[in-house]
Amino acid sequence: MAKTIKIRKGLNIPLKGTADKIMFECKTSNIYALKPTDFNDLIPKLVVKHGDIVKAGSVVYYDKLCPEVKFCSPVSGKVKEIIRGEKRKILEILIESDGNFSQEKFNIQDGSTSNSENVRNLLLESGLWPMISQRPYGVIADPKDIPDKVFVSVFDSSPLAPDLDYVTEGREDDLKKGIEVIQSITGKEINLGISVNSNQSIYNRFNNTKVHIFQGPHPAGNVGVQINKISPINKNEIFWTLKLQDLAIIGRFFRTGQYDMSRIIALAGAELVNKKYVKIISGQSVEPLLYENLLNENVRVISGNVLTGKNIGKTGFLSFNEDQISVIPEGDHFDMFGWIAPGFKKFSVSRTFPSWLLQKRKYSIDTNLNGGERSYVMTGEYEKVCPLDIYPLQLIKACMVNDIDQMEALGIYEVVEEDLALCEFVCTSKTPVQKILRESLNMLRKEMSDA
Amino acid sequence: MSKLRRYIDKIKPNFEKGGKLEKLGSTFGAFETFLFVPDTTTTTGTHIKDANDMKRTMIFVVIALIPALLFGIWNTGYQHFLALGINSEFWPIVGYGLLKVLPIIIVSYVVGLGIEFAFAQMRGHEVNEGFLVTGLLIPMVMPADVPLWMVAVATVFAVVIGKEVFGGTGMNILNPALTARVFLFFSYPAWMSGDKVWIGGMMKGETLDAFSGATPLAQVVQGNTSIVMGNGDPISTLDLLIGTIPGSIGETSKIAILIGALILLISGIASWRVMFSVLFGGIIMGVLLNVFAVNPLMEIPWWRNLLLGSFLFGMVFMATDPVTAAQTNRGKYIYGFLIGALAIFFRIINPAFPEGTMLAILLMNVFAPLIDYCVLQTNIKKRLKRVKTSEYE
Repeated sequence: MAKTIKIRKGLNIPLKGTADKIMFECKTSNIYALKPTDFNDLIPKLVVKHGDIVKAGSVVYYDKLCPEVKFCSPVSGKVKEIIRGEKRKILEILIESDGNFSQEKFNIQDGSTSNSENVRNLLLESGLWPMISQRPYGVIADPKDIPDKVFVSVFDSSPLAPDLDYVTEGREDDLKKGIEVIQSITGKEINLGISVNSNQSIYNRFNNTKVHIFQGPHPAGNVGVQINKISPINKNEIFWTLKLQDLAIIGRFFRTGQYDMSRIIALAGAELVNKKYVKIISGQSVEPLLYENLLNENVRVISGNVLTGKNIGKTGFLSFNEDQISVIPEGDHFDMFGWIAPGFKKFSVSRTFPSWLLQKRKYSIDTNLNGGERSYVMTGEYEKVCPLDIYPLQLIKACMVNDIDQMEALGIYEVVEEDLALCEFVCTSKTPVQKILRESLNMLRKEMSDA
Repeated sequence: MSKLRRYIDKIKPNFEKGGKLEKLGSTFGAFETFLFVPDTTTTTGTHIKDANDMKRTMIFVVIALIPALLFGIWNTGYQHFLALGINSEFWPIVGYGLLKVLPIIIVSYVVGLGIEFAFAQMRGHEVNEGFLVTGLLIPMVMPADVPLWMVAVATVFAVVIGKEVFGGTGMNILNPALTARVFLFFSYPAWMSGDKVWIGGMMKGETLDAFSGATPLAQVVQGNTSIVMGNGDPISTLDLLIGTIPGSIGETSKIAILIGALILLISGIASWRVMFSVLFGGIIMGVLLNVFAVNPLMEIPWWRNLLLGSFLFGMVFMATDPVTAAQTNRGKYIYGFLIGALAIFFRIINPAFPEGTMLAILLMNVFAPLIDYCVLQTNIKKRLKRVKTSEYE
């Protein structure tokens, strides 16, 4: 019986609007988008152009630095538009579905995972490889590497997170197959981080896995925190991580041979009428999910959770592999003397607001910055919500001044933005912690690869 | 409220880029954000933010200072009438106190904020809230009879040399309010360390000649075993606690300071680690000196040492300044302990500097980065050791 690892530092933000565990029926969209911006530090190279016909599973673009890694269309249809931003950066590739879901043929060989070379190629050609992330840097894993360890977190502790046990209910065979696939290409056992509330019996039954039990507030569900508690990453080590539902989708692909990019996500947030789970196809438009479902028009629609997700707007498209949509009110209003008023409706981790006395309450937090960006003054805030064995304030300061030696010394290889997202939330000086960290990670990755 | 908001929105373009009053942009921003928390929304990173910000944090420190300030105003009046030999009523006492203290506060804020606004405009930043607290701390560490021009000069020195030259709020190494105090202490020693400057009106000779304005600390350091008020009445421990003694405006009432400490600790604004370490350091040093006492100064009971001078004020409001203190949690224990120990040590071992607290804090401000460096090194070395052991696996 594995011992429970207690996470003491962290914070469960009491947000209103958790999704009920019921499925929600809604129309599908007919436009789908592939977004290279879903992936960190990725430069896409297009294979299709406007007007091309694609099938589900056809390659649309590939990674410039690593051409074996392909990104494929989730549906069959026509390439409608390629949306570019500043400096011709590709933001979205829009595909108009023909409704047929005709698929590319993949040589599954009855789901055999004995030939690791074949398995690897299948994952690359089918566009499923990007589901595998690596640490350090938090980018898509390099197919040429063999990782030192593999970690999967089986629960999500972020605000309004989906219950992953509910999402993967009845899909144990897919999970089992997915684990086999990963084991085949890495030769390593999969470390599963489960919550003390998870259904442990399911996870104990899988072969080639090691189960670790965690208890505590967010970010206990972050795979980075789990890695730090079990086997902190050293310089020059490479760890691979996957999301639980992605593991099931990979398993499903190998079991059935069908190219099926559907997933179950949580539709959550205080501004929604229906806060439920919904089955969607990766990359579809968010509009059908919001149709007649908003309590208020001035909202922010986030693909992912409120700490690390991306603002996709009311007409945007779902990301490649996020498991939730969060809808919260926009906070673009002035608040007279808000900084000195008691603020009963506001939530703060500090004791300068009454929220610390009203522990059972949930809040509808909006997107107001609640102040202006300042230089660092308060200390000790970050440490309260960062369970990793690092000094987060000093690490971010080292990133701000581009001190590579200090960044490495303080453990930048062990973190990715989501691990310090809570630090950014509590920061009194409103420092853009995740942005600073991502810029430094990208810079380091380039430096280390040039070396 | 919305009328005010509409008016501000109407005149706002004048202060933005290209407007007629562009040069006053930061000043306008300061007043606008004083009235309203702005409507800026998050654009990167987390979509939601904690409701607490720098303004609110600073306001809580100001709130914590208010008990000591109010008492200080009353005490200034009380000491003045005592020195005149008049037994006065409550309101004239408060009136005199306000007459003496308010100008000092006004000069401190006007001079300091003026400089801060100018620097903010020059840099194109929003005005930082740091001076909200420093502006009140400077008067609290001044003696009642200090000339206003001295307050102004000290404030200029503190804000420009103590803060802005390093990059503004959050970048300074030395505590700005203490920098102001120490500037006056070393530049005008006759004024600042004499016996007359503590009581309102004494420097101008308005008070009785026979009344001495020596603070309890000064008397103790001169070797008096029993401390007295200027008219000969003895000073009891209760007097030390309540604060009806001469001293700088904010430091006398230990009870008012402790109320402030409670406000800071309950709201979580000040570091309990620093506060308790300072107290602990002071107690240990006091006890050690008592045990090894070879002269009457060292024999001062350790608990009395904590109540004399500005030890408590420095512990609660100066040592806890987060920018100049050690920034790592472990570092804070070391930093606080050394401040407490050194403050008592300087005071007793060298009678020429009875105000050891101020010097101990400034010295540890300089050493705080070194303490943090050592704490970080233990984490860095642990990480390197892990690499080495994994290489052998």
